[in-house]
Parts: sequence; C-alpha cells; structure tokens
Amino acid sequence: MASPSTDSIPRPARPPFWRNPAVRGVFYQLLFIAVVVAVGGFLVHNTLVNLGRQNIATGFGFLHREASFAIGESLIAYAPSDTYARAFLIGLINTLYVAVLGIVLATVLGTVIGIARLSRNWLVAKLTLVYVETFRNIPLALQLLFWWTFLREGAPSPRQAWRPLPGVFVSDRGLEFPLPQSNPAHLWIFLAFVVGLAGAVAVSGWARRRQMATGVQFPSGWVGLALIVGLPLLVFLTAGTPLAFDWPALKGFNFAGGGSVSPEFAALLFGLTIYTASFIAEIVRAGILSVSWGQSEAASALGLRPGLTMRLVVLPQALRVIIPPITSQYLNLTKNSSLAVIIGYPDLVSIANTTMNQTGQAVEGIALIMAVYLAISLTIALSMNLYNRAVALVER
Amino acid sequence: MTDATQDLPLPAERPPTPSAGIVSWLRVNLFNSIGNTLLTLVAAWFLAMTIPRLVRWAVIDAIWHADSGRACRGDGACWAFIGEKLRFILFGRFPYAEQWRPLFVVLIFIGLILASCDRRIWGRRLVLLWLVGLALVGVLMWGGILGMSYVETDLWNGLPLTLILAVVGMALAFPLAILLALGRRSQLPAVRAICVAYIELIRGVPLITVLFMASVMLPLFLPTGMTIDKLLRAQIAFILFAAAYLAEVVRGGLQAIPKGQIEAADALGLGYWQRTRLIVLPQALALVIPPLVNTFIGTFKDTSLVIVIGLFDLLGTANAALTDANWRGFFAEAYVFIAAIYFSFCFFMSRYSQMLEREFSKGRRR
Repeated sequence: MASPSTDSIPRPARPPFWRNPAVRGVFYQLLFIAVVVAVGGFLVHNTLVNLGRQNIATGFGFLHREASFAIGESLIAYAPSDTYARAFLIGLINTLYVAVLGIVLATVLGTVIGIARLSRNWLVAKLTLVYVETFRNIPLALQLLFWWTFLREGAPSPRQAWRPLPGVFVSDRGLEFPLPQSNPAHLWIFLAFVVGLAGAVAVSGWARRRQMATGVQFPSGWVGLALIVGLPLLVFLTAGTPLAFDWPALKGFNFAGGGSVSPEFAALLFGLTIYTASFIAEIVRAGILSVSWGQSEAASALGLRPGLTMRLVVLPQALRVIIPPITSQYLNLTKNSSLAVIIGYPDLVSIANTTMNQTGQAVEGIALIMAVYLAISLTIALSMNLYNRAVALVER
Repeated sequence: MTDATQDLPLPAERPPTPSAGIVSWLRVNLFNSIGNTLLTLVAAWFLAMTIPRLVRWAVIDAIWHADSGRACRGDGACWAFIGEKLRFILFGRFPYAEQWRPLFVVLIFIGLILASCDRRIWGRRLVLLWLVGLALVGVLMWGGILGMSYVETDLWNGLPLTLILAVVGMALAFPLAILLALGRRSQLPAVRAICVAYIELIRGVPLITVLFMASVMLPLFLPTGMTIDKLLRAQIAFILFAAAYLAEVVRGGLQAIPKGQIEAADALGLGYWQRTRLIVLPQALALVIPPLVNTFIGTFKDTSLVIVIGLFDLLGTANAALTDANWRGFFAEAYVFIAAIYFSFCFFMSRYSQMLEREFSKGRRR
C-alpha cells in the first residue's frame, strides 16, 4: 500500500555541485591560499627590488665575516676579530643565562610570595599584596631602566661601595661577591653528592614498593636527606674542609678577585625576577585556593598530618592548576629578557641589532632572532607539557 | 526517685576569645602563634627600615620649588624637577602653545575608558561613542582644520602617544583576532594551518622583534617610492602582535560554547556566518570580557617598548627630560612620577576586570 504512493512523489533534483559543502570547502581554501600567496609574493618581490636598489646583499654569508665590535660581557671567549656567527652565539648564551637564572629565582620568590599572600598573618598578607599590585602594574621596561639607572647613577663609586653582606660590594661598576676557590677535592664532593642522590632515589623506590606490598612504612625522606647531604659532607670533612674563598678587594679604581656581574646584568636579572615573581605569586595563590577546603578536611579525617595533607592531597591538585599558566610565565620571562636591548646588556636581540646596523641585513637578522626565540619557546613549552602530563589527572 | 546529678551545676566554661577590640584583633591576626609572631616582627622591622626613609625622601626632605637643578640638591626628592618638566613629560615636543589639544585627547581617552565600564551602555551605543571619540582624537592631534595648526606625528609624544598606541592597537586588533580565532577553529585544514602558524609565530617571539620588523622591514615591503610614517609602523606592529594574543582569548570563549548551540543554529537553517554572528560570537565574547581587559592592560604596558624604535611615549619623554644639562640626575623622581601614571591606569583596569569576573560568575555559581 505504501510503495505505489512513494513512486508518485518526484525525487528531488540533486542540488547543484556548488552547493556541496565539500566542494565549497576546497574552493574557499584554494581562494584563501591564493590570497595569502599573492600578498606574500607581492611583499617578497618588493623587498627584493628595494634591497637590490639599496645594494644590500642577501643571504647568510655575512655570518662568516669579521664582526669587529666588542661585547661587554660573555661567558665564553670572544674578540672583535671573531665572526658574526660567534657574536650571535654569545648573544644566545647570554639570553639563556639570564633567562634560566631568572626562571629559577622568580619561581622561588613567586612561590614564597604566593603562599605569604594566603598567610593568616594580616601584616604579611597585606605587604605581599602591595608587592604584587605594585610590580605587576608598572611596565617592565620602566622597572629595568629604573634599576639600571639606580645602579649606574645612584650607586656610589667602588671606593664608597655599599656592603649589604660581608664580602659583597654594590657600586656603579656592578655587583662583586666572593667565589669559592676551586680545589681538586670539589670533584669528589660533587661525585659523593651524585652517589647520594642516586642512593636516595633507590631507597625511596624500594620503600614505596615495600609499603605497597606489606604496608610497613620506612622513613625514606630522612634517609634520603642523610644520603644527599651526609655523603658530600663526609667527603668534605675527610678531605680537610677544602673551602677557601676568593674575596673581592679594592685595587686602584676597581675591584679585583671574586666574582662580579655588570650593572646591566644585575638590573636585568633583578627586574625580570621581581616582575615575573609578582605574576607567579598570583598563579600559586590561585592554584592553592582552587583546591577545595573539603579535600583538606577529608585528609584530616583520614588521619593525615598537616605536612602529609599538603604533600599528598593539596599540592598534587594545585600543581595541575598551576603548571599551564606558569609555563606561559616562563615563556614571557624568556621573551622579556629581550628588553636587555634598552639597558645595553648584550643579549641576542641587542647583538642582532648591532649586526643589522653594521651590515644592513635586517631581514636575515630578524629571521635569525625569530627562529631562535621560536626554538626556545617551543622547547620550554614542550618540556613543561611533558611535566604537565606527568602531574595531570589520570582519568578512566 | 530523684536524680542527684540533675541539680549539680556544670563546670564553668572558659569565655570565648573576644573578637572585638584592637587588642584581640592584634592577637587573632598577628600574634596567634609563635611562628606568626616571628613573621610579624620581621615584617614590622622591614617596614620600620623602609617607610620612614621613604617618607623622609618623598615628603619631609623633598624640595618642591627650585629654579635650577643646582638649587635642588638635597637629601630628599626634587619634585621641582617634575614641576619644571611636567608638560614635557606628559606631551613631549607637541607645540607648547597648543598643548591643550593633547590634554583634551587624554581626557577624552579617560572619559571613554570610564564610560566603557558602565555595563548599561554596552552595545551599539558604546561603539558609536568610541567612533566619535577616536574621530575627535584624530582631529585634535592632527589639527589643520578649525584654526588648529597641523602637527605631524613625529611631535605626538608622551601620554597621548601611549594611549593612542594601546587603544587604537587593541581596537583594530580585535576584528583581526576574531577572524584568526574563527580560522583556528575552522573545519578547513588549510585555513586552520595558516591561522595556527600566524598565532604561534607571533606569540613565540618577543614584541621587540615585531617592533624591529615593523620599523626596518615594513619600508622594504612597500613598492618603491612609497614611504610609511614611523608612528604608523609601530601601530601596525602593535595591531599584528595584539591580534595573536587576543585570538587566543577569543578562542577560549569559542571553546566554551556548548555544541548544542551550534547544532540548534544549524537546525534553524542558519549559514556559517549567520550562525557565527547571531549565535556563537555574542555568547563567546561576553564570556571573555575579563581576560580581554587583562590583555588590554598588557598592551598598555607594552607600549613602553616603542622607545627601542625611537618613538617618544611616556617613558621616552621622561628619558628625554633626564638629559637636560641643567637638571641632571633626577631619574628617581621622573621614573616614580611616570610609574604612578602607568600604575593608576593598570590598577584601575585590573580591579575592574576582577569585579567583572565576580559579577559574571554570580549567575554561573549555584
């Protein structure tokens, strides 16, 4: 009964092919790519014409030429007669140096401030609030210029240098501090430290397996600490406490001996640390607040002591909230280290800037900086993502 | 049958800790344990070391009036320097007699920002208000009509420049950011790949590189004979840079829209653009207003980087004021002064965004 009536309804005509979403998708994408390629080609063509007209060479051949400019500070040997490639390498090392130190210091300071923001002590909570609001709301460039000018113009000459700690001098030449003199025994102390670390890891693994199997606990934390600190200490004592410091001392118009950092480096590291720590503090605070109070109460009800509650219940959950935003803060700090160009610390951007001014090869210089920063950013993002995966919630 | 225990009085309980009064407040908030008492003492020692020195420097020993830098040397701050250089720091080299124009520009910007905080006028009216405001800003800065002399962009310095770079940058980056975010969520792989590449490239490099690129490479990109204004180059750099960050904010909003909304729009027969314009974007953008304000604060602070390509924003004019041979060495006063200006803008906006976040989460709690 049903079949004859369906035959009488005419089949709808197939929609025309330009109504097909797949066909339209391909068409739109081709159009989009064509526009992008056309605009890009137009820009490249103009650039080549302009470069040709200004007689500027293209290509990376300039990297092998002599740089012939001096660099204020470098961790590896450099002379103006070296190549541009080596100058770029110095810049890269300087950028990584200040970024790594900054990340470590900002994390420590930011965590301390973030926890202090939640303190039940009214005075401490308010002081850290003032810290966070002040340094977060002032541009980093201004802060860097302030610290740098403060060291260059506000700080006294080496003769009247401030001494915040014995052996530490702050003057308009920068920061001088004592360094331990190297001693062959230090290698053995370091080896003892490595052995202690490996032992501690092994002990904690064994203790966890035993606790899983039998329920018997073992104070692996204390034993591990004893191994990590005790072994090097033992070697240190048996070697006859080989610790002598190289103290900085005033010789003529400047300091000799000890370690020193330039005002530029000191201002950059200090400014980056203070600025980024104010953001990290808020992230840490939000992370701890995100773990609901019921979690802590449940942990207490199970009989966990406050330290264990923090370590086993609150922190693992807070870390999950903290890691992603803190990763972007690390990336920001690394990128912000390029502000070194304002105060004259020879980081990658500042050296590339000098190179571009000397050779005129701006396109290559900017391409190099971009490639290097992209590589750094991707490396940090990748490693933090791996860590994030390790602490992330394992769901069914 | 009497129960003897019933008549026995219960032992007296200790009175509850008083929670009113200064002494008990101190005990509860500052000295409730040994650790807290130690912390309080350390914090109090820190305050005692810094606050009196700061007050002596900034107020008690400060010199408020002086004719030259020489007469202004002392133990305290030299606020006379700020008095002398106030108009230069705020407006730079804008023609002196005409500086009421940038002053009005700053007031218009502050008015627009304050008006935008009022949620009752959000919508078409606010957009109209901004268009009128920006047109007024353009007329006042350029001049050339209504008896105002023409002022070239090289002389647009100080606070107006900072505000123009940040506000115009954000305003023009916003449409671009929406397109980038939609492109990143697109079903078309080629569109998605190009948008992802752009966003990640820009977010992976420092703003200084983008500024260098705009200042050095933009002139090379143009056909021979065409030149491009220095301010416009910096403005383009800010637009391109801010668009990548805004796109990620907008994407956050797009991801928060439930799939049912999109399916319902499809069921109603709406096309892609109708669906996006009428259903998706209104909901997505409302969700991301607080992070948008935060991005604006970031852009506002980032404008201080234009000194590396030779523009004189607020930081640039303060630096230039410091080079006056008659008034040397008052860097602390100058930097503290402009830091206070930056701080007031950023602090106000961040408080506002926090308030919005609280307001918005009210409806979704429960």
